[in-house]
Amino acid sequence: MAMQTVTTAVAGLGMREFTGGSGDPLVMLHHSFGNPGWMPIHEALAAHYAVHALDLPGYGGTEGSERPDWARHPRDLALLVGQWLRANELGPVELVGCGFGGWVAAELATMAPELLKRLVLVGAAGLLPENGRIYDQFLVSHSDYVEAAFSSTEAFEAIYPRNGDETEEHPLGDDTLVVWDMNREMTTRVGWKPYMYNRRLRPLLGGVAVPALVVWGESDTVVPMECAHAYVEALPDARLEIVPDCGHAVDLEAPESLAAIITGGDS
Amino acid sequence: MFLSYFTEQPMSAYPADEGLKEGFTSVMFSNKYYDPVEGSRLFNERIEEYKLADQVGFDGIMVNEHHNAPFCMQARITVMSSILAAITENAKIVQLGNPLPTYDSPLMFAEEIAMIDMISKGRLISGIVRGAGQESVCLNANPAYNRERFNEAHDLLVKTMTDDGPFSWEGEHFQYRVVNPWARVLQKPHPRIWVPGVFSAETIRWAAQHRYPYISLNTPLHLTGDLWQIYDQAALAVGYEPGPENRGYLLRVHVQEDGDKARDNAREFMWMQGEFTGIGHPYWVSPSGYGSSARRLDYAKMANSKVTGSRAAPFEQQLAAREIVAGTPDEVIAELRVVLETCRPSILMLWGNDGGVNHDDSLRCIELMGTEVLPALRDIGDELGLHDPIELDTPVSLALTPPDELNPIEEAADERPEDTSDSRALKMFR
Repeated sequence: MAMQTVTTAVAGLGMREFTGGSGDPLVMLHHSFGNPGWMPIHEALAAHYAVHALDLPGYGGTEGSERPDWARHPRDLALLVGQWLRANELGPVELVGCGFGGWVAAELATMAPELLKRLVLVGAAGLLPENGRIYDQFLVSHSDYVEAAFSSTEAFEAIYPRNGDETEEHPLGDDTLVVWDMNREMTTRVGWKPYMYNRRLRPLLGGVAVPALVVWGESDTVVPMECAHAYVEALPDARLEIVPDCGHAVDLEAPESLAAIITGGDS
Repeated sequence: MFLSYFTEQPMSAYPADEGLKEGFTSVMFSNKYYDPVEGSRLFNERIEEYKLADQVGFDGIMVNEHHNAPFCMQARITVMSSILAAITENAKIVQLGNPLPTYDSPLMFAEEIAMIDMISKGRLISGIVRGAGQESVCLNANPAYNRERFNEAHDLLVKTMTDDGPFSWEGEHFQYRVVNPWARVLQKPHPRIWVPGVFSAETIRWAAQHRYPYISLNTPLHLTGDLWQIYDQAALAVGYEPGPENRGYLLRVHVQEDGDKARDNAREFMWMQGEFTGIGHPYWVSPSGYGSSARRLDYAKMANSKVTGSRAAPFEQQLAAREIVAGTPDEVIAELRVVLETCRPSILMLWGNDGGVNHDDSLRCIELMGTEVLPALRDIGDELGLHDPIELDTPVSLALTPPDELNPIEEAADERPEDTSDSRALKMFR
């Protein structure tokens, strides 16, 4: 399917997206480690929707003046996504947020529910687990963290192939490492502490009247399953779908399953 | 010359085999291995050693601060400074330095150093640092805003020391409706501020632009020429002629009557570099956003490398390169002459004892430094024209330099790499 890269000027920044497909608009927000490109999940959804895979400001290989230096909280990114939706006259949209992007999506839903047709949260951060803990990327290497988002090394390597030479110190490509580090820096800027939650989000979720779908990998070791239940409980009109044998990054590890859940089974 | 004593205050009394098993001994290395009985003994031994350093003629005692790691016991630099203020008579208390960005209240810090300056009767030199990345992790201060917080805390600190209160402060990171501490620094216009670092071009320039001496922390000797070139260029640009009074150097030096014993003890410096135990991971030492973006690829490669363990150069190599100096007083004086001739600092920090060097040997090292090494170094310093900022009574900062003494020139484009700090710093601290 034809995919193109489009950049929109918002608040003095160039916000970049990969876009393809046709139909109602669907916007995807990526994990804290970034969107690796026009991926199978985008391709699968593009058969049903006009898919907009947006790079959150400061992600996707940007730094310096291309970055919103003033942004200090994921809510600031949610505000920018809202401005971007309005600038492109896209709303109301299906808003799909994965991991950290799920947190941003949930924040936007509490601020501007009129921009959403549906909220889809996939392994979303944003709520403080009562029992478990959100896996802290800042205590581990970039590659160990991203690998933890998959249920197996094979699933990780299907997206981030190593160059096969295990004797090398760092078998991943330079570009991957550099973009991961830029993305981690941006996550540091907006999400260092408290780590991956906002105590002020949960009380506001009750005001999100649009339908919500919460999707979780059965083997998610990054954001505990209890957060899925917490979202379903807090959102007035939400249901939960669990993807078996899948880790945190459902969008990357099980794109067909996720697309089927989002489209209602006819993917 | 300004000659100062230093020890990292290692907490060497812990089960090193547990550190080797873990592969690291910082941040997440459990403090269940910390034995406070041993901690109490070690603190009190260090205090006795500081008293001796004061008595034998050191101009200063340098102290520092680190967190969650056995390589340094001092979790709060102002605590040890306060003790020194009360138990020493002559030596300056040289804080190198206060990790400003990790403090959530620079105002409380300003109160502490005002108290120390008064109690010590004006003997405080209050150095400031960004702190190694792991201090940001341990104290949960955002590493991506480390430099912003450093700059803002510095500006607030200087204003608090020089301006009468009350005033308010509305910054990006710190806000106070009333800044009016009932504690003022004794030294006027304010205690000297020195800036230590390994080799961060950004920090070297910052220090030069503020006319603060830069104390090079055991940077390999052959690199110090490059380092001073960066400093001098920035100094000339803002309008003053830099010299040895702007330069400090910290070096690992151990002295005993028996040169072989001295070299044996000096091997303990490798303990600090993780040769025996491992120290930390690059993503703790330099979290994303902490270092220069010019070094991003090198950093990301190192952070994701499977290679573990010490990256320090072997002991013999460091000895040959005079990154460690050890021997009899005469041997050490001869080596330090070369260091002074090459590096030309007016401020020399002698890092005397580390790792498992015992209390008696530490005391003997300090005594020999005082009776034999320091007098010789003073003579060499005079011969080489290495006069320190206190001796010359230089202005404490650029801001407090009379404008008619400044002659700013346009800075030539710098063609050197933007920043060479991170990988070297990482190597130093592993």
